[in-house]
Amino acid sequence: MTTTPRPAETTASGAPAEAADARPTDWPLWEVFVRSRRGLSHTHAGSLHAPDAEMALRNARDLYTRRSEGVSLWVVPSAQITASSPDEKDAFFEPAGDKPYRHPTFYEIPEGVHHL
Amino acid sequence: MTTIAPEEAAQEAAFDATVAADERIEPRDWMPEAYRSTLVRQIAQHAHSEIIGMQPEANWITRAPSLRRKAILMAKVQDEAGHGLYLYSAAETLGASRDELLDKLHTGRQKYSSIFNYPTLTWADVGAIGWLVDGAAITNQVPLCRCSYGPYARAMVRVCKEESFHQRQGYELLLTLSRGTDAQHAMAQDAVDRWWWPSLMMFGPPDDESSHSAQSMAWKIKRHSNDELRQRFVDICVPQAEALGLTLPDPDLVWNEDRGHYDFGSIDWTEFREVLKGNGPCNEQRINRRRRAHEEGAWVREAAAAHAAKHGKAGR
Amino acid sequence: MRDTVTTPALPLGDDALILSHRLGEWAGQAPVLEEEVALANIALDLLGQARVLLSLAGDEDELAYLREEREFRNLQLVEQPNGDFAHTIARQLYFSTYQELLFEQLADGDTELAPLAGKAVKEVAYHRDHATQWTLRLGDGTDESRTRMQHALDALWRFTGEMFEPVPGLESLPWATFHDVWTTRITATVEQATLRLPEGPQRGAWTAGAGRQGLHTEPFGRLLAEMQHLHRSHPGATW
Repeated sequence: MTTTPRPAETTASGAPAEAADARPTDWPLWEVFVRSRRGLSHTHAGSLHAPDAEMALRNARDLYTRRSEGVSLWVVPSAQITASSPDEKDAFFEPAGDKPYRHPTFYEIPEGVHHL
Repeated sequence: MTTIAPEEAAQEAAFDATVAADERIEPRDWMPEAYRSTLVRQIAQHAHSEIIGMQPEANWITRAPSLRRKAILMAKVQDEAGHGLYLYSAAETLGASRDELLDKLHTGRQKYSSIFNYPTLTWADVGAIGWLVDGAAITNQVPLCRCSYGPYARAMVRVCKEESFHQRQGYELLLTLSRGTDAQHAMAQDAVDRWWWPSLMMFGPPDDESSHSAQSMAWKIKRHSNDELRQRFVDICVPQAEALGLTLPDPDLVWNEDRGHYDFGSIDWTEFREVLKGNGPCNEQRINRRRRAHEEGAWVREAAAAHAAKHGKAGR
Repeated sequence: MRDTVTTPALPLGDDALILSHRLGEWAGQAPVLEEEVALANIALDLLGQARVLLSLAGDEDELAYLREEREFRNLQLVEQPNGDFAHTIARQLYFSTYQELLFEQLADGDTELAPLAGKAVKEVAYHRDHATQWTLRLGDGTDESRTRMQHALDALWRFTGEMFEPVPGLESLPWATFHDVWTTRITATVEQATLRLPEGPQRGAWTAGAGRQGLHTEPFGRLLAEMQHLHRSHPGATW
């Protein structure tokens, strides 16, 4: 392998390199969603880095479907995801918990009645 | 100030309750800073181990003695890269960037499993790594599938599922050698002799010397103690070695009826500490090679980023 | 005895075997972790193809491990050392574009190679896509990457002419058309990558079609030495 002329920026021991944010080599993060087979929805599988969407898709194919785990892939820039509130168990979801009448098990049906 | 403290106390109580209920902590939940930093350190070390661990085995890809073995080995080393990726992803959900973690690896500020500082001297070492090193890793990793931090637990489920073939291929490789020619049998025995003790060291220092264990157990990041897991591993390996027709290099290895476990000889913790400190046979070689790959790849990563920026395709 | 092997499965199997070996040398050294996985996928596809093809020609391990250098029938292109990432990509671009054309044709034919070609053509389409994507990014990336990519395309150009020498046993395939389509496809990719198509000759002065005739370049001997030494050190052993 040929060697590159690039000097080792971080090899000096103890040189603080943590502040190296947004270096050009720092590819953005993408979230990967895999449809494991027809009829199922895409499910979040994990994330990866890629310079752009096309490469993200290819990297996702190589990484997340190398054992035939999928028939379709989505990749989304992680930064583009809008999430619900930071605390995932708060008022945003609790109100749904006291509406049991939305679930079929709420209702009593006499024995012997079918197809309901 | 008066409003922050009660709020934090409430958050901490919610965190403790979630852990106590055996539910998972998710990335955007409040978590104690020490929990976050412990996880980042552990997941990063785990990820680093996967990618450094590619080297001793990749050492034999170009020399694999049959095309079947070559395909298996390539797939295995590839899986390790994949596992590294899953784990870096998990670490990134905690706010650490992969670049930053790699930098810490390259500058020696984060560690990887010491086992990979031992050399693969013969083809049989590939088998011994599969059987013993992956076996020890699996013993360590299976409980992590129930770790309290969701992304780590999910990554480990995927890793464990994929690793099941790793250990089996190693065992099968050794079995083939053990039943092969005298020279092959000797090669297999030599590899087991060299890898047995380092494999036992993979479970970490004895419980009474392990600095991080208690807190990690309380947080359900860790589920069993080092010594418990080590004993479990020894008990599993002894009959497997017999079936292989190979011996384990420990004269003190004997079944203890009272304990219901195998007793085994004492581990050379001086060697463990020396290798950890950087004095193992391959520490420098492994890190240098990793660093070189990263540095020689910089122009490629820059090119792809520049291309994306030029064409307005960057995902930011 | 192996001199008598004349099936076209042998040269095509050798191509896949040797290129897979070269790609395997990248393990642990790729420019980024995602690319470790990608290169290994391609290497594994090729090794899978090689095993099927060599098995059509004889015993896969005997053919891979016990032949001498002059008995190998692979293209010189695939034995060229990895060089930097741009060289590896250029080699992939040239070869996978060729292999795709060849396998498309074989898949539609009625030779013993048709089943393998039908399966492999999907793999190879992906290999070509991978090489194309990287050629575009390296060519139209930074000044450094453009220089490296152009240099790599130029350096490997003289090994490309050999690909269009008819493979013994497959003389009836449209080799001249392969060359034309190949040139069109490579030109399109190279131009989109803002690079230029190399201008030199597509073969060396005395080595036209040489790999297919068992004449190789110097690095190939060392590749074989490394690949074969363990197998040969234990004659008759099972692995």
